[in-house]
Amino acid sequence: MLSCSKEITERNLEYPALDPVNPDANAGTWKPVLLTAANEFSCATPIATTSPDYVVQLNEIKSFQQDISNEERNLVNYWGAGAVLRWNEIMRELVAKHNIPPYQNDDGTYPIPSAANPLAYPTFPFANPPYAARAYAYLSAAQYDACVSAYYYKQQFNRSAPFRVDSSIQTLLPKSALPSFPSEDAAICGASVEILKLMFPGDQDFINQKAEEHKRARLIAGANVRSDLEAGETLGRLVAGKFVGRARTDRAGAAVGTPALWTQMEQDAISLGETPWISLETPKRPPMLPLFGKVRAFLFDSLTLVNTIRPIAPPSTTSAQFQQELNEIYEYSKNITREQMRIALFWADGIGTYTPPGHWNYIAADEFVQLRFSEARWARNMALLNMSLMDAGIACWDAKFRYFNPRPSHMDPRIKSCTGVPNFPSYISGHSTFSGAASTVLSYIIPSKVTYFSDLAREASISRMYGAIHYRSDCEKGIETGIRVGNLAVERGHTDGAE
Amino acid sequence: MKKIWPDKKCLLVLCCFMLLLNQQMVAQTDIDGLMMEKHFFCVGPTAGVSSWKKYWEGTNKRENLNIGKVTTTSFMLMGNYGITSKLNVLFGLPYIKTKASAGQLPDQKGLQDLSFFIKWQAWQKHLWKGELKTMLIGGYSFPLSDYTPDILPLSIGLRSRNTQFRLLLDYQRGNWFATASGTYIHRSNITLDRNTYYTTQMHYTNEVKMPDMTMFDFRAGYRSETWIIEAIANKRTTIGGFDITKNNMPFASNKMNGTTLGMHIKYETNFINGLSFVADGSTTVAGRNIGQSNYFGGGIFYIMDFGSKKKKTESDTENK
Repeated sequence: MLSCSKEITERNLEYPALDPVNPDANAGTWKPVLLTAANEFSCATPIATTSPDYVVQLNEIKSFQQDISNEERNLVNYWGAGAVLRWNEIMRELVAKHNIPPYQNDDGTYPIPSAANPLAYPTFPFANPPYAARAYAYLSAAQYDACVSAYYYKQQFNRSAPFRVDSSIQTLLPKSALPSFPSEDAAICGASVEILKLMFPGDQDFINQKAEEHKRARLIAGANVRSDLEAGETLGRLVAGKFVGRARTDRAGAAVGTPALWTQMEQDAISLGETPWISLETPKRPPMLPLFGKVRAFLFDSLTLVNTIRPIAPPSTTSAQFQQELNEIYEYSKNITREQMRIALFWADGIGTYTPPGHWNYIAADEFVQLRFSEARWARNMALLNMSLMDAGIACWDAKFRYFNPRPSHMDPRIKSCTGVPNFPSYISGHSTFSGAASTVLSYIIPSKVTYFSDLAREASISRMYGAIHYRSDCEKGIETGIRVGNLAVERGHTDGAE
Repeated sequence: MKKIWPDKKCLLVLCCFMLLLNQQMVAQTDIDGLMMEKHFFCVGPTAGVSSWKKYWEGTNKRENLNIGKVTTTSFMLMGNYGITSKLNVLFGLPYIKTKASAGQLPDQKGLQDLSFFIKWQAWQKHLWKGELKTMLIGGYSFPLSDYTPDILPLSIGLRSRNTQFRLLLDYQRGNWFATASGTYIHRSNITLDRNTYYTTQMHYTNEVKMPDMTMFDFRAGYRSETWIIEAIANKRTTIGGFDITKNNMPFASNKMNGTTLGMHIKYETNFINGLSFVADGSTTVAGRNIGQSNYFGGGIFYIMDFGSKKKKTESDTENK
């Protein structure tokens, strides 16, 4: 009755230390996403393990290890679960923190966050689902290329880990079979810092603090010497710089659109005889990132998007099928059961959360932790997943704003939603598109769980009907579109050398 | 000397405290300084309406056009049984309905949290021509239905199982009285339907740590055989929790504080023995992460004698 302990077990803090089944020593031969070659960026030859400087670095580790505090031990265990994992979690954390729509101006218009002045209200960014999908993708792809490059140089220089050079070095983490120079942890850290600072420029203190902790944890653990970390971090930053360059020109910066554009989209729908989408917020809020469908995808070009990926038009708002689908949603809204509400709330991933792409990142990470991947394979798998999620977001937003169709609550004001109605058009469902893509990629990576991931995707999709914010067509076509995008990631997986 | 207060009458007070953007009924908190006579049982329904348009987002008061006016209607069945004239047991059974005048969040309704109290008059002393009583009260409440705490401001409750301890002092001299109490409320953790949530950082669990609360209550007024008229000041504080950030949704473990001023009136009828009516009103004068709500309600109570074969008369009761 009176439970005095309120201590909570948080799942991600229980993850075991990374201890790969296969160290993937040849990851330097895998196909990068953006790098022209694994050695596109050079890495200076490391000093020999016999050199006096190296001995100094060994002694640095020993002095750290003389008196390890509880806090330091916790740091080692936390970061020991995996670099790709923890930096992915940090991205999820910042997405959740910033996933709040701006409050309106006095005149009823809405201010737009400014990347140049990120700490002024409204703080930059508004980390909505498309923004988040893109952030996760750039992070994962940059981490992957950084790993490919780092692993390449590990083989080239073949400098042993400190605990192999000096057996008096304690190892607080499972011993890696790989050469430790350059540090893949530091490469992932360096790449992650660059991408995180691009996506969350107002959070640089937090990001830098995490980077310092990560590197320190590796020293305390006896897993790397300082020069391993410096070289890795430098390499990671250089690699990520290429992705930052891509991000600045991928058209995401223009995705907000203009008032003229928003009006044009509405007029276009009306001129086709359709009821156009309108904002259900008070005051009316401009639609969310109407030009996100034009962002440069990783897995397809614009021609492929139009010819192969884009779904057909939704049922006309004047049609009998539309009316039937609308009625179906009204029935769900009116008679929602507790179990349906549970499903709707489980998958809602709305304001203040890591978004649906983030949810799939958590599902993936939770699975991968059990499979004991190397850092390189973690990075490769998360890159495939997140490129498919970003591109699914592009395909979804392309459809939403091409067809600009209205939400159920707009067409029938009796329809209520326990998840809240997002401020953008209905067809196709983002949840369904993201889930179709993610489940396809995860089923490729873990074939024994095809049914499980497919069931998750279907539940995520139908949760939006239970939440009464999507029609059946939105969800079915969303899943199909997502699967098409996911298959492109799978095709890449077949050819990237990691299979 | 004329009897000063009607011991055998039903003296329940509905303490209905509106927390945040929902109505958290601390069910039938017994917070007055009166006891039921031995083997008497008092029971009755109350109903009330509470509403707000402005709320505190942290310490910043604002309205939200996407929610409009939030109205909570509550029905409660309350009972109080005198095991002895110094030991009472009480219960409260609430049914709550919520709705918003704007936006798409659906109305919520259901049985909320059942509460039980034990009230013990530990000590009494004649002082300055009046009577000072000390009471110790313990209470426990738990949710009765499967409602969700996660769609505030319309969730009908927060789901935590609460254990509370109250020290109460009541002083009466002639027809005038004052009652002061302090309460500590231990709140259990709750679980959500989702498996992650963000407070001031991410949590990968469906379990939410709920901060405890304290409450101070002061009331003063007039008691006679027929009337109780009292003014009430009540302050609730959450020990811990976090503020709603700008334009964000509220959350069950927010730091919810509130100060209300109100009145309670009880009228004992003379046409039916044992029947009384109550009326309550209160307004929120300060708050944090709650709605600035006003409440009006009323109820009817009936007292029954399960003890002696013939009804005790009023002259049997203590008088000072």
